[in-house]
Amino acid sequence: MTTKPDLAPLPRQRPSLTLWFSFGVLGAFVFIAVFSPWLVPFDPTEFVTDLPFQAGNGASILGSDYLGRDLFSRLIAGTSLTLLMGLGATLLAHLVGDTLGMLVALRGGWLDVVLCRIVDVALSLPKIIVGLVVVAALGSSITTLVVVTGLIYSASVFRVARALGRDLVGQDFMRVARMRGEGPVWLLFGEMLPHVVRPLAADFAIRMSFAILFMSSLSFLGLGVQPPLADWGALVRENLQGLGGGSLAPIYPALAIALVSIALNLFVDVLGERNDAAELSK
Amino acid sequence: MTQNPVLEFDRLVIAQTSGGKSILNDISLSVAKGEVLALIGESGSGKTSLALSALGRIRPGLMVRHGNVRLAGLDMIRATEQELRHRRGKSISYIAQSAAMSFNQRMRLDRQVTEPAAVHGAMPAMAAIKRAHALYASLGLPDPGQIGARFPHEVSGGQLQRFMIAMGLLLDPDLVVCDEPTSALDVTTQIEVLRALKTGIRENGTAALFVSHDLAVVAQVADRIAVLKRGDLIECASTTEILENPQHDYTRELIRACQRWPVTARDLVAKKPPAAAEGAIEARGIVAGYGSVTNNKPKIEILKGVSLNVARGRVVAIIGESGSGKSTLARVIAGLHAPAAGTITLSGKTLADRGSGRTRDEMRRIQMVFQSADTALNAKHSVGRILGRVLDFFGDKSPGRIAELLEMVNLPAEYARRKPSQLSGGEKQRVNLARALAARPEVLICDEITSALDTVVAASIIRLVEDLRDRLDLAILFISHDMATVAALADQVVVLKQGVVVENGAAPDVLLRPQADYTRLLLGSVPELRIGWLEDTAPGAPAL
Repeated sequence: MTTKPDLAPLPRQRPSLTLWFSFGVLGAFVFIAVFSPWLVPFDPTEFVTDLPFQAGNGASILGSDYLGRDLFSRLIAGTSLTLLMGLGATLLAHLVGDTLGMLVALRGGWLDVVLCRIVDVALSLPKIIVGLVVVAALGSSITTLVVVTGLIYSASVFRVARALGRDLVGQDFMRVARMRGEGPVWLLFGEMLPHVVRPLAADFAIRMSFAILFMSSLSFLGLGVQPPLADWGALVRENLQGLGGGSLAPIYPALAIALVSIALNLFVDVLGERNDAAELSK
Repeated sequence: MTQNPVLEFDRLVIAQTSGGKSILNDISLSVAKGEVLALIGESGSGKTSLALSALGRIRPGLMVRHGNVRLAGLDMIRATEQELRHRRGKSISYIAQSAAMSFNQRMRLDRQVTEPAAVHGAMPAMAAIKRAHALYASLGLPDPGQIGARFPHEVSGGQLQRFMIAMGLLLDPDLVVCDEPTSALDVTTQIEVLRALKTGIRENGTAALFVSHDLAVVAQVADRIAVLKRGDLIECASTTEILENPQHDYTRELIRACQRWPVTARDLVAKKPPAAAEGAIEARGIVAGYGSVTNNKPKIEILKGVSLNVARGRVVAIIGESGSGKSTLARVIAGLHAPAAGTITLSGKTLADRGSGRTRDEMRRIQMVFQSADTALNAKHSVGRILGRVLDFFGDKSPGRIAELLEMVNLPAEYARRKPSQLSGGEKQRVNLARALAARPEVLICDEITSALDTVVAASIIRLVEDLRDRLDLAILFISHDMATVAALADQVVVLKQGVVVENGAAPDVLLRPQADYTRLLLGSVPELRIGWLEDTAPGAPAL
């Protein structure tokens, strides 16, 4: 060996803009949701003016809604409702979907066949129609909305969890545990769970954006959250008539829905890239 | 050697993009026209990355930090994608380890083999087919004019590997890169493919870069050998020079590990005679397979009435090729696969067919170590947790037991805190052994535990198993396709062919004086670390 070769510089690791954007947006919305009672300039159910669809001014930033209430305050008040409902529905979807999906992956047999066919049927029905029919039949309340949405999405989560589980069940470390005579509790929680936490967390984020969109759609169709409460979907619907008069009132809540969905999606993308990089560097 | 090299690595440094850890350190090598250069080294030595860089392929996550690779004058590192495409398949080609995964199952072989000609427009289709058929003939494929009309699943694994060689040689490239081309094959197939590959390269005067971890295989085909270790080029010299006068300790170690074959009577004097007492574990008339069972016969029969027994303090090896049923037998004994007929007895007591029917204590007394050290350890658990769970499960509360187990497999006690990803392949297999021993078993089933390891590491695992047998008086069922390993370890050898025991006897008898033709064929096909071994071994009927 003569001299050491001059090495080319390594590529600079750039901080991920996407990550910062999604973190920033989600963080801001969580902050708004938590501190909404102190952030609202007006009571979201009180009339601030006699005139509907007023343009924004110094005091009322986004103007008034179709009844003359402060739109900005209503938007802020709707944040916690929208996010909490989304969170609740997604938690339920994952609780049901993950438990059943992993269990079925582990056990196989008739339970697997039966549940998979039920899920196939559930997935073949258009979600929004099922949601409309069930909510219309049961009557709309926040609990009904969250439970129905959670159950509808648990079918898709079940599929994901089962596929992840199936990949693990054939692996040697599972065989080793079975050979020792381990029961399903240890197999599920001790051996399998640590492997699926990250992919399921990614699924959770994206599923939450779907749930928010879904419940906003129900609200938009009038079957969701009932007045005087309003989530973002309901805010779009109740102010829709203003659009003809040139008011931007329905646009702002629609933007908020879009922003949260995009931020959640980007967050999942970054998570996926990180996972791939971690796999590669092994 | 250096006049107009076909391929030249010039002070090549390849590193990881994140962190900058070099996986190839300042490598300078060249391959002359018509020369076969072998790259040999353990996994992680960088041999595959080096070979792929000759094709201008750098894996994602890696980058060239210095130097270049020139193929017939073209800088393969800085070449455009178009220039690379123009060369690949035409002036340089690649023969992969797994032919089965490299062929499209839905296309006839002729069409796939002649694809390089079509892609590069180098030859009219008829000429390409003619050339392919000529190659089939020289590679020893049966019925060369017709066989190419078949689909990949209609030929054997060894034949498919030869089709891939034909594809690589079709356009008469300057250089072929062979990445472990025979490692996935059985010994009896490996010898045919090796012979075909050597003929193909010699007849066409093609230069080759031959990547392998098996020195005995390399010695049959290479003109020169380059030894790599952890990204460094340790030494590079002619094959004779390397074998007869190795300069580096690591090379000497590699040679020593390969010299365990062929065995002589002197190597086998320490073998224990078969025990007179009844076996710790006994299998009687095991029939097993897949599909519905009628008249004690499964639809697809893998084991056709296998009997054997293993006494404590003895190692019984099962040898046989893929498809012989070795692993199925291990799974039946372990209770992972229910047999259609036959019984398993543990110290005289008949066991239930399925693991779920056996008591926890019966499960504890039979432990198994798997082939792939990687997947047999849960990557998310620390070594301490992996061992600790076994102790908890079987109610073993002896203090310091984890440290004691690690000591037993020659690992430091602080390894308890490590995750499997922080261990080397050999260390992982030691942890697997420790995990099996944690249950204080009487019977240990080792299913190909060294076949995913490098020669030198495998040798140390073998010594460990031998030591454990004597210290713990274990009955060990050792499944392997590697004869040298079996010769080093086994007291008794069982030869399995397509689910039938063709020979069963004391190790010296079976290995030195085999009775069955199949055993002779199997033993004669194992490459010896000797130049000219391949030529001395007549095709079809290898001499002993």
